[in-house]
Amino acid sequence: MARITAGIGTSHVPAIGAAIDHDKTQEDYWKPLFDGYMPAQEYVEKNTPDVAILVYNDHASAFSLELISTFLLGVADYFPPADEGYGPRQVPGVEGHPELAWHLAESLILDEFDMAIANEMPVDHGLTVPLSITCGQPDAWPFKVIPLCVNVIQYPQPTGKRCFKLGQAIRKAVESFPEDLNVAIYGTGGMSHQLQGERAGLINADFDTAFLDDLTANVDRLVNIGHMEYLRESGSEGIEMIMWLIMRGALGEQAKEIYRHYHVPASNTGAGLIVLEAA
Amino acid sequence: MDKDYHDIPGTYVFDGTQNRAGYHLNMFCKSLDVEANRDAFRNDPDVYLDRYPMTAEQRKAIEDRDWLGMLRLGGNIYYTFKIAIFDQVSMQAVGGMMSNMTEEEFRQMMVNGGRSVEGNRSKSEDN
Repeated sequence: MARITAGIGTSHVPAIGAAIDHDKTQEDYWKPLFDGYMPAQEYVEKNTPDVAILVYNDHASAFSLELISTFLLGVADYFPPADEGYGPRQVPGVEGHPELAWHLAESLILDEFDMAIANEMPVDHGLTVPLSITCGQPDAWPFKVIPLCVNVIQYPQPTGKRCFKLGQAIRKAVESFPEDLNVAIYGTGGMSHQLQGERAGLINADFDTAFLDDLTANVDRLVNIGHMEYLRESGSEGIEMIMWLIMRGALGEQAKEIYRHYHVPASNTGAGLIVLEAA
Repeated sequence: MDKDYHDIPGTYVFDGTQNRAGYHLNMFCKSLDVEANRDAFRNDPDVYLDRYPMTAEQRKAIEDRDWLGMLRLGGNIYYTFKIAIFDQVSMQAVGGMMSNMTEEEFRQMMVNGGRSVEGNRSKSEDN
């Protein structure tokens, strides 16, 4: 059967992708961030999954206000990088895993998680930057990817609790897939940041550190953080951290922290990364 | 309708009210994803903006690159930022313009750890 072995939480700041694409990772501004990513890259290289479920959000690239899906699964066999106004990132296209993706869709919907399903969509920095952070610059991504796209732009976003439960349902769904697959799950976005308004530039390192701690120490606290607390304490865009709770939910009751890295700033964001294993 | 998050200073939560108010403004921004549309907007902004049934205020906010004004009139930052990409202006420059700082001051604030949440939590309470 398939099983979820590892969970990775990481920010997906577009400037991180631009720094990689334009060869700036060794510049003074970026070096401390990228040095901290190396152990995660080594981990992924040693423990390369067959498939990764990558939880992220679209930033008005594939989708617009025309149609807003709360949770959406990409079931295609290929997802091209999106043009976000600078031309598409020069990174490999993303190969999907339609068999497992459709199995997830079926299993989740019958388990009462009403997923939207996408057969065609480009993927923006929300998905490709986490791949760059953890895989570097290969000619092809080393594993297949199932995009799971979450609305975090339109209020109300799904609750952290709902995200966590979706993660638990994903674990169940993966374990009922007959093929022997090693599956990793990424929760991306965050950590604290606010891009908009007079409060733009807000960072709350204490909030972020406590969030990283409690992914293993007190998941129950994280699951019960409400919209107001995210908005107030971690900035209006910090609410992206609900996507990490899908990842955490998919790891089961206990998870073990393998590695973490936290650095301020990556552009306007508190950049976090954590590698967890299902215990 | 008054919402609890209206108490957070300097923050424009993109809820249904904002979505309704800003729909055409945001969809104008979204249209700039397409090269041909960027060219059309560059060649004749007036004619291009006519395609989107915005209020006069919204149109003026776009013309003036009034980033806060756009947010107040229903703009969402992920959409309005497409105008900044069109103008080749960075997110830190826009962050500075929304908070009355230069791009360099804003960048330095971020390097120093960002804007503190202390004192920035609530309009109504001590924080």
